[in-house]
Amino acid sequence: MDQSLFTSILFATVVAGTPLIITALGELVTEKSGVLNLGPEGMMSVGAVAAFAVTHHTGNPWLGILAGMVAGMLMSLLFAFMALTLMANQVASGLALSIFGVGLSAFIGKSYESVALPSIVPMRIPLLADIPYIGPALFQQQALVYFSWILIGLVAWFLYKSKVGLILRAVGESPVSAHEIGHPVILIRYLATLFGGAMAGVGGAFLSVFYTPMWVEGMVAGRGWISLALVVFATWRPMRVMIGAYLFGGAMITQMFVQGSGLKLSIPAQFLSSLPYVATIVVLVLISRNLKTIRLNSPASLGQPFLPDA
Amino acid sequence: MWLKFEARTEPSLLMRYLSPVLAVFLMLICGLVLFSVLGKNPMEGFKVFFLNPVKDTYGMAELLLKATPLMLCAVGLSVGFRANIWNIGAEGQLLIGALAGGWVALHFEHSTSPLLLPAMILAGALGGMLWAAIPAFLRTRFNANEILTSLMLVYIAQLVVSWLVHGPWKDPDGFNFPQTKQFQVHAMLPLLKAGTRLNAAFLVGIGGLVVGWVFMNRSFLGYQMKVAGQAENASRYAGFSAKRTVWFGMLAGGCMAGIAGLAEVAGPIGQLTEHISPGYGFAAMIVAFLGRLNPIGIFFSSLLMALLYLGGEQAQQYLNLPSSISNVFQGMLLFFLLGSDVFVYFRPRFARRNK
Amino acid sequence: MQTPSTETPRLAVKGIRKAYPAVVANDAVSLSVMPGEIHAVLGENGAGKSTLMKLIYGVTHPDAGEIRWEGKLVTIKNPAQAREMGIGMVFQHFSLFETLTVVQNVALALPGKFDLVALAKRIEEVSERYGLPVDPRRLVHALSVGERQRVEIVRCLLSDPRLLILDEPTSVLTPQAVRKLFETLRKLAAEGRSILYISHKLDEIQELCHTATVLRGGKVIGTCKPAEETPATMARMMIGEDLPVCQHGDDSTHGEVRLKLEGLSRVAEDPFGTDLKDINLEVRSGEIVGIAGVSGNGQQELLLAISGEEPGASKRGVQICGVPAGRMHSGRRRGLGMCFVPEDRLGRGAVPRLTLTENTLLTAHRHGMLNHGLIRFKTARRFAEACITRFDVKCGGSESEAKSLSGGNLQKFIVGREIMQNPKVLVLAQPTWGVDVGAASFIRRTLVELRNQGTAILVISEELEELFEIADRIVVIAKGKLSPIKATSQTGVEEIGIWMSGLWPGAEARKKDSHVA
Repeated sequence: MDQSLFTSILFATVVAGTPLIITALGELVTEKSGVLNLGPEGMMSVGAVAAFAVTHHTGNPWLGILAGMVAGMLMSLLFAFMALTLMANQVASGLALSIFGVGLSAFIGKSYESVALPSIVPMRIPLLADIPYIGPALFQQQALVYFSWILIGLVAWFLYKSKVGLILRAVGESPVSAHEIGHPVILIRYLATLFGGAMAGVGGAFLSVFYTPMWVEGMVAGRGWISLALVVFATWRPMRVMIGAYLFGGAMITQMFVQGSGLKLSIPAQFLSSLPYVATIVVLVLISRNLKTIRLNSPASLGQPFLPDA
Repeated sequence: MWLKFEARTEPSLLMRYLSPVLAVFLMLICGLVLFSVLGKNPMEGFKVFFLNPVKDTYGMAELLLKATPLMLCAVGLSVGFRANIWNIGAEGQLLIGALAGGWVALHFEHSTSPLLLPAMILAGALGGMLWAAIPAFLRTRFNANEILTSLMLVYIAQLVVSWLVHGPWKDPDGFNFPQTKQFQVHAMLPLLKAGTRLNAAFLVGIGGLVVGWVFMNRSFLGYQMKVAGQAENASRYAGFSAKRTVWFGMLAGGCMAGIAGLAEVAGPIGQLTEHISPGYGFAAMIVAFLGRLNPIGIFFSSLLMALLYLGGEQAQQYLNLPSSISNVFQGMLLFFLLGSDVFVYFRPRFARRNK
Repeated sequence: MQTPSTETPRLAVKGIRKAYPAVVANDAVSLSVMPGEIHAVLGENGAGKSTLMKLIYGVTHPDAGEIRWEGKLVTIKNPAQAREMGIGMVFQHFSLFETLTVVQNVALALPGKFDLVALAKRIEEVSERYGLPVDPRRLVHALSVGERQRVEIVRCLLSDPRLLILDEPTSVLTPQAVRKLFETLRKLAAEGRSILYISHKLDEIQELCHTATVLRGGKVIGTCKPAEETPATMARMMIGEDLPVCQHGDDSTHGEVRLKLEGLSRVAEDPFGTDLKDINLEVRSGEIVGIAGVSGNGQQELLLAISGEEPGASKRGVQICGVPAGRMHSGRRRGLGMCFVPEDRLGRGAVPRLTLTENTLLTAHRHGMLNHGLIRFKTARRFAEACITRFDVKCGGSESEAKSLSGGNLQKFIVGREIMQNPKVLVLAQPTWGVDVGAASFIRRTLVELRNQGTAILVISEELEELFEIADRIVVIAKGKLSPIKATSQTGVEEIGIWMSGLWPGAEARKKDSHVA
């Protein structure tokens, strides 16, 4: 394989994996607190359209990212109010969030469909970017790519080394016990859910502002759902989210490279496009098969409402 | 003041039936606000969206036509939802059902047999069940979450449809449009009323509701599924098979969705294309919840949801709004419903916050 | 034993009221505790003891009344504040997190700096000082129930409480471990700490406590000095009548073997569960066999294996009326004439949101309630109504939801539902847990009657007194293994207590780190 092909495959894999890492880490924190939010698809969609609109109007992609984050948070706030305050079924509320978010983004995005954003110059890291093969692929990326790496470390540190992270895990395991020893279960779950929303919003923003960069209805194309599967794949551990995300990223760009490589393969394009979805199913099967691993790692109260007796 | 909820000792039956009404009411209010925000006259918007679609016989027939796939999918999904089997892939099952039924129509393109239509319906049902069997198998054999697998299969089904209509099944005389040949007349569902598009699938839908009602309320298997949904441990204690529950819950949804898909292609569409369903499989989840997972409720909620689809088309035509406004309304409706449901099990209480 | 005197009480509550939608849990409750005093709160299940403690610890808040802490009027917002004031609480069901280590669990409940290494050291110091051995680095799910309780107590002591609340602390201990706990508690009291000791066990209160406040139906019935009372007089205060006695009747002649466990071994499905190891047991027609043990030693796994909720790999592991049933699921085992009553009522023995009629169908549907796959609701309703009448289930009729019944009444319904199916074998777990004294004695009498009619009955219980009252033969489960079996008349609480820590004659040499109790 020549250098440029290898480098560009690696480059594209990292780019494709980045929104998955960011969104999945957010969802991971949410789930660790015992809240199952099936809404990443909706939150990413709304984040994507909000970021696109704001970037288009202000010309500032960073304001766009911020808008995506806020939009994702607002969406997750809606979910949190349903699932935590009104104690609605979390599965149903999450589905509602996804359906609503996808619809809302299509509605808002209609007027932006023919607009293009200027592409944004990547951030080059001196010295590291000069490493042959991997340098240009890994260290000449958008700032959000570096952010996703930092985020992994931050989330891992937060969950396993900080006291608040310990409390969050405790709430996810047994909200009743956490309440009894005096931790504000609902507040912590709210915050964890909002963080998940914020990250899904950023993940969506990355798609519309940096990745494509344009708005097309349905452009999130299942990445929110794949992020959910990623959390299971990672058995709720932050480091593994990265591995999984790049695996999926690789599956997503195959089509691009098979078509771009000039190879006249007789595989229909649709088959290659279905790879990430097939991969999600396969990965879920492989991980879920081992019931004990799942039970040991998944937050024990995942998806269950909590009502403190007041 | 701080809003708190305390558990009711018995769930409120009144609120159970009132909360969908409350949800619809809240959605309408939000709709009026939304129209104003978008710079439209809210009353005009309301009229265009909710009244215009059903002002004549043709409109009513369109309403029933659109409600048919929704009620079919929703009643099938309810069987699973009652048992906490979250089949959210009805859209994919609908597509594969349409493909399977469509294949029969295309394969026997010169048949005049009266059995052709029943065979198509059967093929549609089997196609939907096949697609639903995949998540059922993965769940029972490998414990894989059916929410994610059934959803992934929606994307895959869409790609399968796209491949077939772009490739092997494309109409050679179709000017390269991604679509198959038109179905012949014997492969089309008979119309119920001349001058409209309403066809016999509506009767199939009503039949589905009746069968669903008997199953859910009178059969022992329906009872077992209810127990499985409410208390998994009790179901295991009683010795009900968890695997059978999963299989049945998934297959019921797949079967009905498959028939719904067939009804679309052998009804209003008349051929296979890339656009068989405007998200009926997803909207059906809202229909199912709004109808309280109960066939009688589903009948009414499918009419409402159909109205939202028609309203969206009208809004696009007369108010110059994107038709995806339907999805916004659908999402809002589901949210309001889930929110209103808190009153079924809890009593609101305004209490002073503890200082 | 001397009562500490005349200073201001450490804690004084006055006129406390707390109402839930269905029940007034506390009504005009008052009590006061002096420094260095061990004060019992005595009452039946549902008398309002736990609610009162939750109010004092700030888990919930009173509707009316006042709480004075060392003379000062206070409002206790939450447990964190209660701890800051100097109140510590050991919960009956433990508020520990299984996937975390001991030191992490302790850190969660302490304010201040997050330094696990220093904290581990402090845990070791405190545990040594009070004779409560715990290893701070171990994961909680690997600990026995007794160890978990020690973690809870150590966690409380680390915040140096002046009032320690213990909720039914001895229900998870062997008689020997109870004695050790009492030593620790006396030591704490001697340091001037006050202790609120919640229990319904009269002999323990007499042995340990200086004063007792008796609750019944949410109200204070009286205060007494246990040393000056007899168990009978305290019982009368607690339940308002004399303690009912269960007539055990003659040892009937035992018939054929109805339930046989043969070499039953099982690796627990739950990662935090106990593995069953080579269990052999026979239960014959006309006898009650009791399985004693400290909770968490394999009782749940054993019940799941016997009931068929988790069928096994070996056919012969469980034999019902001579039929190898080890691989059958619970429905088929019921078909062989076995019925069972699980320890969890809501959600396992009954579906909370279904009516009693519908809950009848759960296990009794074989008895003519089905017609070609459709339900005969009339037959089911008649069965439910008969059960309600015969077992004196207090409820709003056969159409009330299972959730609306009190624990004791629901238990009577479930026991009744199983008994009315005329089982050849009946297996029960914790048949009288959380049931009031009257209902408990009714359930025990019914079981003895059923035994006399020839049913083979197996009772798994953590209450030794109960087993000695009704069982013909008794066996102990510890760490997933069964002890030798003994006729109840040939043994006593002391011997069974020792066995409960896994030390029966012939038990293999135990590893150093294996704590059972």
